[in-house]
Amino acid sequence: MPSYSTSEFRSGLKLMIDGDPYTIVENEFVKPGKGQAFNRVRVKNLKTGRTVEKTWKSGDSVEAADVVDREMEYLYKEGDDYYFMATDGSFEQVAAPATSMEDAVKWLRGNEVCVVTLWNEVPLTVTPPNFVELKIVETDPGLKGDTASGGTKPAILETGAVVKVPLYMNQDEVLRIDTRTGEYISRVK
Amino acid sequence: MNWQPTASIQALKARACLYQQLRAFFHGRGVLEVETPALSQAGNTDPNIASFSVNTPQGLRYLHTSPEYPMKRLLAAGSGDIYQICKVWRQDESGRRHNPEFTMLEYYRVGFSYQQLMQEVSELLQLAIPHLKLAPRILTYRQAFLEILAIDPHQASVEQLAACAQQQNIDVQGELSQQAWLDLLFTHCIEASFPTDRLTFIYHYPATQAALARVRLEDGYWVAERFEVYLGPLELGNGYQEQTNAEQLERVLVADAELQAQDIPVDTRFIAAVQAGMPFSAGIALGLDRILLSRLQATRLPSVLSFAWEIA
Repeated sequence: MPSYSTSEFRSGLKLMIDGDPYTIVENEFVKPGKGQAFNRVRVKNLKTGRTVEKTWKSGDSVEAADVVDREMEYLYKEGDDYYFMATDGSFEQVAAPATSMEDAVKWLRGNEVCVVTLWNEVPLTVTPPNFVELKIVETDPGLKGDTASGGTKPAILETGAVVKVPLYMNQDEVLRIDTRTGEYISRVK
Repeated sequence: MNWQPTASIQALKARACLYQQLRAFFHGRGVLEVETPALSQAGNTDPNIASFSVNTPQGLRYLHTSPEYPMKRLLAAGSGDIYQICKVWRQDESGRRHNPEFTMLEYYRVGFSYQQLMQEVSELLQLAIPHLKLAPRILTYRQAFLEILAIDPHQASVEQLAACAQQQNIDVQGELSQQAWLDLLFTHCIEASFPTDRLTFIYHYPATQAALARVRLEDGYWVAERFEVYLGPLELGNGYQEQTNAEQLERVLVADAELQAQDIPVDTRFIAAVQAGMPFSAGIALGLDRILLSRLQATRLPSVLSFAWEIA
């Protein structure tokens, strides 16, 4: 496996640390007036999602993690596994375990193109598209004409996710959602 | 295509204004502005500083990492007090507070003690950074470690320093020497504790950190007559009571050259100049980009550089 020198460190670089794959969140070069320079690095463990700070002597090398991000289409769920297919024409399929799905599950109906992060070709995390369009299956009836009061109510979507929507929204309407915040963006006509 | 400067036009004007003030300051004190070559046959042998090299028809030359050697050759030639504002280059120093190409103000005062120079640098920085509170904090390297970490840097073992770092939740990958542990604690804990509204001067570094400064015995420990000046955690300058003993200097440079990965030749012309007689003097190198950053109360170095490294 290749390695990276600290001078190559930048956000998003994937490293192996104590047997786990990490991604660099933030890298800071520090140096006293004379003497040893260091890289103070915030790294996120891709298995646990925890972010920690670690320090390397500048000039040291760190093993690279075989982690790649691939665009893959969500196909179906079987048992605890979620099946994805590569969109690059290779038709390669992978099974992502429920643990790698986390919040992504809430937004997927089928056929969405997600980013599947693979570590040694095994799915580590699944990131849903930034925006999804989903139908309301259950909510209190809409208050006619109330487009200005700014109040919200919960709505259950076809995937089971619950989001806050404006009071005038009705069942069977389609919403645009930002999956990064879990917030309602607009009504889709 | 991203062609726009990283600095605002206002920052460019502030730089021009700062340089005018600095030149007036030195003119008023009879300090001569000089220029020395940026490309030279010998280079900095400090193992912690990496030089850029350039292939020339006359052989490999090094871009200076500071104008220290040739300026000292001028001192030995009888120039008297001198200053220089110039670009310098250091490989692999890149980050929020570092740009591999940066602007340095280096100056030397003949007959000055390092204490006198600290006083003058304080006045100079007060002029350059008007919002600074008066009365800088001045403390020794040892006092700083005792005050912040309750550990004596001249006595602590590698194990004690490692334990101290662990207590401070510093997670280090790899092995460190005693001095590297001190450097780690200094950059991670001590610098972070400096006040952001006034200058902090740290002096009497361990003798192993003397570089080209004189050393003296203080409370039973050899310390360097060297100081650093900070604003908050930002290091602004590094000053010396200049070592004028040629034999001592040669020993330091040769020892450094052996540790240095780049195989840079020792500057024998510099040593010859000191042998011929360098006057008792104190000198300092100040980072002008950082001083400008402080003057504008900004935080990111690119905001004061016309074009930062990435788009230069």
